[in-house]
Amino acid sequence: MNRINQKLQEDKKLLSIYFTAGYPSLNDTAGVIEDLEKSGVDMIEIGLPFSDPLADGPTIQESSTKALENGMTSELLFEQIANIRETVSIPLIIMGYLNPMMQYGIEAFCSKCKEVGIDGLIIPDMPVDVYHEQYQAIFEKYGLLNVFLITPQTSEERIRFIDSISNGFIYMVSSAGTTGAKNSFGNAQETYFDRIGNMNLKNPQIVGFGISNHETFMQATKKAKGAIIGSAFIKHLTKNGTESIKEFVDMVLDK
Amino acid sequence: MKKTYHVNEKGYYGTFGGAYIPEMLYPNVEELRQQYLEIMYEDSFQKEFKQLLKDYVGRPSPLFYAERLSAKYNTKIYLKREDLNHTGAHKVNNTIGQILMAKRLGKTRIIAETGAGQHGVATATVCALMGMECIVYMGEIDIARQAPNVARMKMLGAEVRAAKSGSRTLKDATNEAIRDWISNPVDTHYIIGSVVGPHPYPDMVARFQAVISEEIEWQLQEKEGRSYPDHVIACVGGGSNAAGAFYQYLDDERVNLIAVEAAGKGIHSGESAATSALGEDGIIHGSRTLLMQTKDGQITEPYSISAGLDYPGVGPMHAHLYESKRAEFISITDDEAMTAGLELSQLEGIIPAIETSHALAVFDTRKFKEDDIVVLNLSGRGDKDLNTYIDYFKL
Ligand SMILES: Cc1ncc(COP(=O)(O)O)c(C=O)c1O
Repeated sequence: MNRINQKLQEDKKLLSIYFTAGYPSLNDTAGVIEDLEKSGVDMIEIGLPFSDPLADGPTIQESSTKALENGMTSELLFEQIANIRETVSIPLIIMGYLNPMMQYGIEAFCSKCKEVGIDGLIIPDMPVDVYHEQYQAIFEKYGLLNVFLITPQTSEERIRFIDSISNGFIYMVSSAGTTGAKNSFGNAQETYFDRIGNMNLKNPQIVGFGISNHETFMQATKKAKGAIIGSAFIKHLTKNGTESIKEFVDMVLDK
Repeated sequence: MKKTYHVNEKGYYGTFGGAYIPEMLYPNVEELRQQYLEIMYEDSFQKEFKQLLKDYVGRPSPLFYAERLSAKYNTKIYLKREDLNHTGAHKVNNTIGQILMAKRLGKTRIIAETGAGQHGVATATVCALMGMECIVYMGEIDIARQAPNVARMKMLGAEVRAAKSGSRTLKDATNEAIRDWISNPVDTHYIIGSVVGPHPYPDMVARFQAVISEEIEWQLQEKEGRSYPDHVIACVGGGSNAAGAFYQYLDDERVNLIAVEAAGKGIHSGESAATSALGEDGIIHGSRTLLMQTKDGQITEPYSISAGLDYPGVGPMHAHLYESKRAEFISITDDEAMTAGLELSQLEGIIPAIETSHALAVFDTRKFKEDDIVVLNLSGRGDKDLNTYIDYFKL
């Protein structure tokens, strides 16, 4: 069974952390992954940096720009994590935009993911129908789960369709907006979390965008299976370097 | 089925086009996709659109037989005078259409991207006309380079927001506009400035610009007794003026289509914007098309002396016209364009925009037959470029 599906069966709320590969320094990638697992994180999204990240707010844009300046590439990412499965056992997901993957070759990219032990992909600008018609067979051939996003504006009909073609979890974007840390969620989010929670979808949901601390983590996971933190963790890395990853995770889990 | 170069029902031109957008944008783009054709072809829409094009923009734009230019190049050259439109270029045809679309969709807030500021000015203009809030995203570097257009937008009541991410130019301004739309999905319409972006934008913008070739048809009929030329020439940045000039002739293979890109300092100089020659298949701003990028799939910064041609991608219609060889693609360097701009000024008394000068430079590099009828789309006037001309020619 795919590591993501296994993890989703555990009886706990999951904390997933996003970071940008090649950031803060080019060769930090593998070390950050290892430290996140040691700190008690359940799942990791490895951000493949892109020059034009449409769905991202300023924090992730800046980390992507820096990572690219550092010399990050798809090829290099696969080299950096070539032996990651010797030390890390939690699910690893690559989150990136479609263009760099297309240039690598979608099939070659998926094959390489399987080789190094990647479990799934999140590609925000890959349309649902294109995946369904062109790529689903390739993803399945290499045992990769594809994770789709839904937002407060996504219609119920479309959520049900996305649920029907997903077989891991659904990435629930917390509010209309790009990625970025928030300190708390308002009523609109609570209503949306409840609404989706009550839909009885076959795939569990993990909430992302705007989660930054213990409070937002708890709010987001009241109904949902877990939450993803990106910008707030990147900010922590920017400020404190890679030495104090555990402090950040402890803060979120209130340990 | 008859072969066609128009968009298909799924939003593709051959393999190019589509809507490669994050889910956050799906409701906005889908709303537009479902409604744009129906709205555009309502009688009341067409009536208002045509009225504004006539009374406000000043259409039809003349089709001018350029006698001295024709004599010099020994062929028959007609200039389609989009430079005479209000705000000085073809861009306003699209912004008039889209502001009417936005109104019918019930939107109250308009966003746009701009590079040189031409589309920003055309958008600020129609927002003033309709009393709509207008926010224009512009790269921080372009704001510094294009001060007069920034001032025009402000005078027209628009807010100009600096795009500070990435390379801080047109592609980043487009990213910022898209991010704004993601954050404001309900009340906002995004007026894209060219035949780029996710479906239905390329098709919608092409249909608004199609007025150019609709007029060429009857104007040529009057002047030459036939409604089609042998060649149509237009410059291509994103491709909207070319799409408009080609539109009626896309499936008429008697007409040779010539698309002119900016070679900058030379195609292989590393400073160029010749997307068809240098680009690879990929995704930019929600569209699958040809774009300039590194081997690793990072989008690169193009260069041209003309800010309006300085876009790393090209509309999906043009990517298809290139790959299918339906259109001839020619690239023109900064120097060739500047020389052609000066020549038109002195032969015909028309100072063209530097974008348009690229199209004009084709006459020096490609021969036409003596009895060929050649229509060149004069996409804009050169007022905005005077400083560049002055610096270049040390006038
Ligand atoms: C006068 C003029 N021509 C051409 C262009 C290029 O755009 P497009 O290729 O969409 O016509 C511009 C863009 O700013 C312009 O101002």
